[in-house]
Amino acid sequence: MLVVDDEPGIRSGIHRILSKFSVSFPFLEDDIEYDLLEASTGEEAIEIIKQNTVDIVLLDNKLPGIQGIEVLDFIKSNFPAILVVMITSYASLELAVNATNKGAYDFVPKPFTPQELKTSMEGITKHLFLKRMTKKLNKEGRQIRFQFLTLLSHELKAPLSAIEGYLHIIQERQAGDDIAAYDKMIDRSLDRIKSMRNLIMDLLDLTHIDSGKMKREVKLQDIVPIIVTSMDTVLPFAVQCDVEVVGHWDLEMMMEVDSDEMEIILNNLLSNAVKYNKPEGKVFLEVAFANEDLIITVRDTGIGIEEEDIARLFDEFMRVKSAQTKHISGSGLGLSIVKRIVKLYNGTISVDSKLGEGTTFTITLPVVDKAK
Amino acid sequence: MLMNTSNKTILIVDDDEDYLYQMKLIIKNFGFNVVTAESQREAEELLQQVKPDLAIFDLMMENEDSGFILSYKLKKKHPNIPVIIATAVASETGISFGVNSEEERRWIKADLYMEKGIRPDQLHREIVKLLKL
Repeated sequence: MLVVDDEPGIRSGIHRILSKFSVSFPFLEDDIEYDLLEASTGEEAIEIIKQNTVDIVLLDNKLPGIQGIEVLDFIKSNFPAILVVMITSYASLELAVNATNKGAYDFVPKPFTPQELKTSMEGITKHLFLKRMTKKLNKEGRQIRFQFLTLLSHELKAPLSAIEGYLHIIQERQAGDDIAAYDKMIDRSLDRIKSMRNLIMDLLDLTHIDSGKMKREVKLQDIVPIIVTSMDTVLPFAVQCDVEVVGHWDLEMMMEVDSDEMEIILNNLLSNAVKYNKPEGKVFLEVAFANEDLIITVRDTGIGIEEEDIARLFDEFMRVKSAQTKHISGSGLGLSIVKRIVKLYNGTISVDSKLGEGTTFTITLPVVDKAK
Repeated sequence: MLMNTSNKTILIVDDDEDYLYQMKLIIKNFGFNVVTAESQREAEELLQQVKPDLAIFDLMMENEDSGFILSYKLKKKHPNIPVIIATAVASETGISFGVNSEEERRWIKADLYMEKGIRPDQLHREIVKLLKL
């Protein structure tokens, strides 16, 4: 902060007040303090601004050389990010209007009490801090999107390269003239195409949630038919994997939801529980109201998740890699989609897992307006 | 191919089993011995026992930069073994790293950066060049 005033008494007074003053935020660990620079004329102030990084200028209007309002002009045309607070004993409406038009952030009338100065500084500091945070968050947002696109292109190009590679090998008969030698390559190509299709379907779900433009149809309804549909959907896959799926829920369960979103949640959790299970394994689905929440629990007797993987479980394209998961296909988007939907309902999702014994996912959705 | 290739061993590391299978088939057809690993972890273990004449690392495996890590570790132990980094991450995402400039060579300890989907004859030329056959 730069203090510009021709009276040394005022400058040292401001120094005394602000050197012991700091602004704190409830969500910040450290308080914000000020580094003070001083100038006795407008010309001196401009030199200091040119040579230092200044965030705030506390500016007296009446100066010996150029006036405060001219310094304000210079600042706003050359360093628009600097916030300026005008101090003046000749506070007139005309000057106030003029300075505001030129971009002054606040006024402090002279003589001011320490409290008046502190209040003005607190306001300006919070403004500055929030502006910086916004800038930082925007930048991080861009980085996250960039990372997403990089991973996405990797996930889409890998199967394309694999299929292309097999086709070239087949075209050039690189495995000899026996046609049977190519059967596995064709099967693998078809598998990769299937998993790519799943990835695209999951991506559509994800954009559906993210765009916010698509119409969500949240309405009070009985969710039992949705549960039954999801159980039916997973059944053939469960039979194929030799996994038994058992469910438990009430006869009628009224809840404000979007039925598509509810189905995506259940389908993802149930298919994961089957997919990462063992032969003759079991999956238990339980849907119940408890207090003011709807609790969805999906427990399996599967392979479990290592502790170091749990932290990254909900990341996009995160797939647990191990000898056991090698032949399980998935887009790596399912759980990140589920987490986003749960967030839309202000709910929570948690996971509890023991390697080799199984995993339990618990979703808690607050009931907004449950019909009694 | 009149070159003496059969006594050269090439290590291929990729977590995409199809790509690994294809590369193995193609490079075996060139006449080289091939050893493979499916992850950074597996490759690190394998490199304790095997000293290949050339290594081809996929870039993104358990870590986004697994290929670079492997390359760094291998070069530290055997600075003369040529390393090729292969990846499906394309330049259109904005990420492009070759090993053409001095600066890139300083931190990417690889001899060649290769986009996946390279033609077999081109791959063969690059390998022969790196092995100085």
